[in-house]
Amino acid sequence: MLATVRTFTLDGIAARPVRVEVDVHRGLPGFTIVGLPDAAVREARERVRAALVNCGFEFPLQRIVVNLAPASLRKAGPGMDLAIAAALLSASGQLDWDLLPRTAMVGELALDGTTRAVNGALAIAEAAREDGAEAIVLPAENGAEAALVEGIDVVPLEGLERLSALAAGEWEPRRPAALPLQLGPNPGTPDLADLRGQPHLRHALEVAAAGGHSLLMVGPPGAGKSLAASRVPSILPPLASGEALEVARIASACGRLGAALSGGRPFRAPHHTISASGLVGGGNPPRPGEATLAHRGVLFLDELCEFRRDALEALRGPLESGEVTISRAGARQLLPCRFMLVAAANPCPCGRGEADPDCTCAPIEVQRYQGRLSGALADRIDILAAVRQPSAAEIGGAPGEPSADVRERVLAARERQERRLGPGRCNAEMTPAEARECTLGTAAASLLADLYARQRLSGRAHDRTLRLAQTIADLAGAETIGEAEMAQALQLRRRDRG
Amino acid sequence: MADGPRACPSCLRRSWLLALLGPYVERIATGSPGSRAPELLRLSNEDLLAVAAPKVAGQLLARVEALAETHLQEELAAASCWASCRHGDLYPESLLDAPDAPWALIGRGDPSLLAGLEPVGGVTVVGARRATSYGREIARTLGQDLTRAGIVVVSGLAFGIDACAHRGALEAGATIAVLGCGPDTAYPAAHRSLWRRICERGLVLSELPPGATPWRWTFPARNRIMAALTGMTVVVEAAAHSGSLITADFAADLGRDLGAVPGPVTSRASAGPNNLLAGGACLVRDAQDVLDAMLGAGALRLDRCGPELEPALHEALMAVEAGATTADAVASALELPGAEAAAALARIEVLGYVSCSAFGIYTRTAMTSPGSPDV
Repeated sequence: MLATVRTFTLDGIAARPVRVEVDVHRGLPGFTIVGLPDAAVREARERVRAALVNCGFEFPLQRIVVNLAPASLRKAGPGMDLAIAAALLSASGQLDWDLLPRTAMVGELALDGTTRAVNGALAIAEAAREDGAEAIVLPAENGAEAALVEGIDVVPLEGLERLSALAAGEWEPRRPAALPLQLGPNPGTPDLADLRGQPHLRHALEVAAAGGHSLLMVGPPGAGKSLAASRVPSILPPLASGEALEVARIASACGRLGAALSGGRPFRAPHHTISASGLVGGGNPPRPGEATLAHRGVLFLDELCEFRRDALEALRGPLESGEVTISRAGARQLLPCRFMLVAAANPCPCGRGEADPDCTCAPIEVQRYQGRLSGALADRIDILAAVRQPSAAEIGGAPGEPSADVRERVLAARERQERRLGPGRCNAEMTPAEARECTLGTAAASLLADLYARQRLSGRAHDRTLRLAQTIADLAGAETIGEAEMAQALQLRRRDRG
Repeated sequence: MADGPRACPSCLRRSWLLALLGPYVERIATGSPGSRAPELLRLSNEDLLAVAAPKVAGQLLARVEALAETHLQEELAAASCWASCRHGDLYPESLLDAPDAPWALIGRGDPSLLAGLEPVGGVTVVGARRATSYGREIARTLGQDLTRAGIVVVSGLAFGIDACAHRGALEAGATIAVLGCGPDTAYPAAHRSLWRRICERGLVLSELPPGATPWRWTFPARNRIMAALTGMTVVVEAAAHSGSLITADFAADLGRDLGAVPGPVTSRASAGPNNLLAGGACLVRDAQDVLDAMLGAGALRLDRCGPELEPALHEALMAVEAGATTADAVASALELPGAEAAAALARIEVLGYVSCSAFGIYTRTAMTSPGSPDV
């Protein structure tokens, strides 16, 4: 007999439909899986056999062939166990369920037949709906996550033994409550109030958050760069519900849904030894990198000068386009990665900075070190903040303004930007043409022209300054960019070398 | 080159001989870095060979004697260089009173700059390779202002102070770089683009022929030329036993003026010039001090006074003068919100009172403000 069940395999962060075809007929007893299975899929044989027997079903002593169609697609992961078991039961006549062809099934099986959670249930439930399935049966642990998807029945299943009750209609599980998506930060997340003193750094953080501008902090170790960076998500506006779903989908595919949904916008801080494919995604089968995990959140690169050059180079394109394309022989994947870049660097290899008489770095070392910075990523960085060691009085002083207050201002500035540029866009994404359309006051224009003449700014630096000035004006609630806003932008902009 | 600078064959051969002797002199001149090499260079060809390479003296001498004048001129032309010797017209007069002056100078660039090097016409600016942002800023401003005042700035193309002096001078005109290798070689290699700009707009000099590689002894030898070329040597920053002080010693021995830029007494980078000042060197705060020392007080006035500042900007400027190097430090010192401090700093930067490094470190420029107490 032949039976077919729909299931899905995860490809990057997207789910691809797979048909499990099981044929049971007379012959030498055997169990074969064909259709480009990876090792985890091939091992499903043993799990399915043990689970069926331990749940009181009969494992047919006949020739069993499992085909995973389409045969050209590479199937990975243990998520197809449940579908194989159900198809086998149906093919051997032990399960009779009219709904089976219209149902999608995913889930890993334990040897005793209980189901185990799989990665990417959110993407799979969405793909099942697109594929035309009426219901999706999946492990109970994944129920809340899949229930986020409207327009499809979600059937949480604790173990294989409940399958016959389900088919007979004796048991009708309730639709699980959808996972609550946290749009803003949790009360427990780090707060900007911890940053004491350092007024200019606070200003730079606020402008960066308000316009989505990338930020580089330069300063000696221990001056508070990492502390400041980890507080950036708390002053960003809360996620829109569509954005939260994108974040959840990525987190779910990477099996870190719990961690990612703890505090609104993601914050990723990869170590500087990370490889290019670890940063932007890659490998075979392709996996999303840190850039994608930081989608809609903050990617923090500490010790920017220590990162491998090829890794930073790989980040340039994605920073510009907001997505990563991974091309492999088999398939092409598009991963989203619209994140805000926050970076930190020491001023020289010893960290003290050239201005410090105790700095022991040779000039050629400092030049090489700073050259590393200017090469790869500097073009994409808008704001430079020189961070200094806070004084003892500042550290012992009153806590700074809390995140919530700063976030209100940032939110108001973002709303102005969306009104001008369209939904979901911010000043950092302005095209050169849009940047030139900013309305400048006469004093601001002459200030910019003055510096332009004196320092021979490049065209790109000119546009970058305009974008920054526009963000500062949005923060101030001003329609035109005044002289004060332009002056602040000129101070905050990243300097070209020299 | 009928009208250009000329050098007689025997002086030219001396340059080629020095290049051949590079490794031999290296062996006997190292150990006591600094003074030994220039002493050796006072010797005649035969004596120098006898001291440096006694075993191969005859052989080397024969090789050099065999170089035909046409061949030497061809080599110079191939490297776009020219030469001028102590018997020729364009040889700087200032070098003639130095006992160890080079027999010939190989140059690349504009030879007419040598004519501007009358004993008072040039200033040598030297200093540490490991310079602070303060030293760099002072060197750049000195280079720029002196060049603007018509004084030729001479330096050595090294990292730090030298390069900044050259860059500042190039912003206002031409400059002379004296190298410890052939003039057709950029050393250090990281300064290739600066070297190229000086070749185009200024002059690169050396006593070594094209293609000669640098040795440790060629740098003190180069320093003696730098000290002798100009009427005054200014040390911007140097540690207590820095090589830049060798140049200062040469200048003092030749009776040239010696100037030093003061620095914080706690700064290691300023220990050298501070010691020189304690020993009676001329105090150099800006280009005006150099002009006063060379031409007599008040002979030529530089206008470095900036526009009037509003009180808020003046306070920000005072904060930078008081040692705040970052925008954050200025904001804290003045107890201002970050935004206002940023705006004030940007304005005084646009006016030219301060400069900002690629890493956001602010340094005071030499421009004086009408409200500052020193005017």
